[in-house]
Amino acid sequence: MGLSLLSGTYVVLLLAMIGADFFYTTPGHLWRALGSPEIRYAIRLSLLSCSLTTLLSLWVAVPMGYLMSRRRFPGRALLDALLDIPIVLPPLVIGLSLLILFQSPPLRALERIFPVTYAIPSIILAQFMVACAFAVRTLRTTFDELNPRQEQVALTLGCNRSQAFWRVVLPSARRGILTAATLAWARSLGEFGPILVFSGATRMKTEVLPTTVFLELSVGNLEAAVAVSLLMVGAAVGVLLLIRHCGRPDPTSLHPL
Amino acid sequence: MITLHQVTLVAGSFVLRDVSLEIPAGSHTVLMGRTGSGKTTLLEGICGLRPVQSGTIRIGSVDVTLLPPGQRGIGFVPQDGALFDFLTVRQQLSFALDLRAWSAERQKMRVQTLAAWLGLTSLLDRYPQGLSGGERQRVALGRALSFQPTVLCLDEPLSALDDDTRSEVCAILKEVRARTGITLLHITHNRFEADRLADRILFLRDGHIEHLTQHS
Repeated sequence: MGLSLLSGTYVVLLLAMIGADFFYTTPGHLWRALGSPEIRYAIRLSLLSCSLTTLLSLWVAVPMGYLMSRRRFPGRALLDALLDIPIVLPPLVIGLSLLILFQSPPLRALERIFPVTYAIPSIILAQFMVACAFAVRTLRTTFDELNPRQEQVALTLGCNRSQAFWRVVLPSARRGILTAATLAWARSLGEFGPILVFSGATRMKTEVLPTTVFLELSVGNLEAAVAVSLLMVGAAVGVLLLIRHCGRPDPTSLHPL
Repeated sequence: MITLHQVTLVAGSFVLRDVSLEIPAGSHTVLMGRTGSGKTTLLEGICGLRPVQSGTIRIGSVDVTLLPPGQRGIGFVPQDGALFDFLTVRQQLSFALDLRAWSAERQKMRVQTLAAWLGLTSLLDRYPQGLSGGERQRVALGRALSFQPTVLCLDEPLSALDDDTRSEVCAILKEVRARTGITLLHITHNRFEADRLADRILFLRDGHIEHLTQHS
């Protein structure tokens, strides 16, 4: 009874929190927010940066997750612990660390050719540092759960190691890859601390959706802040549903995802 | 013939040292032994899935000790079948043929032949999730036989099956041997299964092949 009451209170609070956003705003607020050029720019930049970050994260996380799952090498435990750093580090510290890193002479030289700090690439890098860690964790678990016998059978059937990976391991890991991608995308969408420090909050330049909420709040435009928040709630719920769908195999299905 | 000469294999802290044996061509040899005696390690060594520390493995006159698994001409059926869950039965059966760049027509004919033989014709468009234990093992068997290997290695392929299905797959294994003349090396814990199928039974004990039974 006590446990039910405790759990129920939390769920009610959760729903009330999201409901409060809904009831605070009106379709007019939402429509006006969507009509604002700044907010439209933030939506476009958020979608673009999150998608690029997701692709980059998968590009790194697939081989790294596979390596961590299947290979034993010196320093593996240390690398395993290092990969958790972006997950446990306070977001602002990640932004600050990136900012300091890009003050070092070699990266300052790079910035003269390819500006990163306070520019769009800094947003992608800040999102990537956190999202990639989540993608690696997800994919490592995925590869851990895959039966290595499938790969071995593929080798006996005539595959070399690379063919076994592309033809058997990757298709078998498709659900995990999709889950990692949606997680990376969702994490990137909500990333704010590192972006504020490393990219700044310049309108129509480095403004992503969390930056918009922050900027609108700072000038007292609560309606616009809530309207943008609702857009992010909608995206988060969509991603959550997709993860749930991907992560739950249907044992009765005759056709895999 | 499969010939192992003083083969040493390592699996973690377990060492299988200086194993020598001969498996005649076309025989059905069953390898028995306690859990952890090294049967699967030995099978993996023969299939090329575990590196040989020393010694040689020959299949016929070819020294395959250093050859990759795919070039040894060995079909492998593991305990759980290890079917590819993203491929239909038809795609599983043509997987090795596709790797060997067989023409579509030739692949189709081979798949149809195998499916008819193994009773899989009505299941060709099904995914493994929709198959029973016996059906899965028949698909795994068909996939391993698809590229016409000279040796078939089976790692407890019947252990998870009920008695009726086990009898059914045993009958198929007998037919496979009769039709193809393939050399079978088969791990099992089941003495009844061994007596029913094998013409030679080997016991692996304390890292050595200790006892041989020759069936007439």
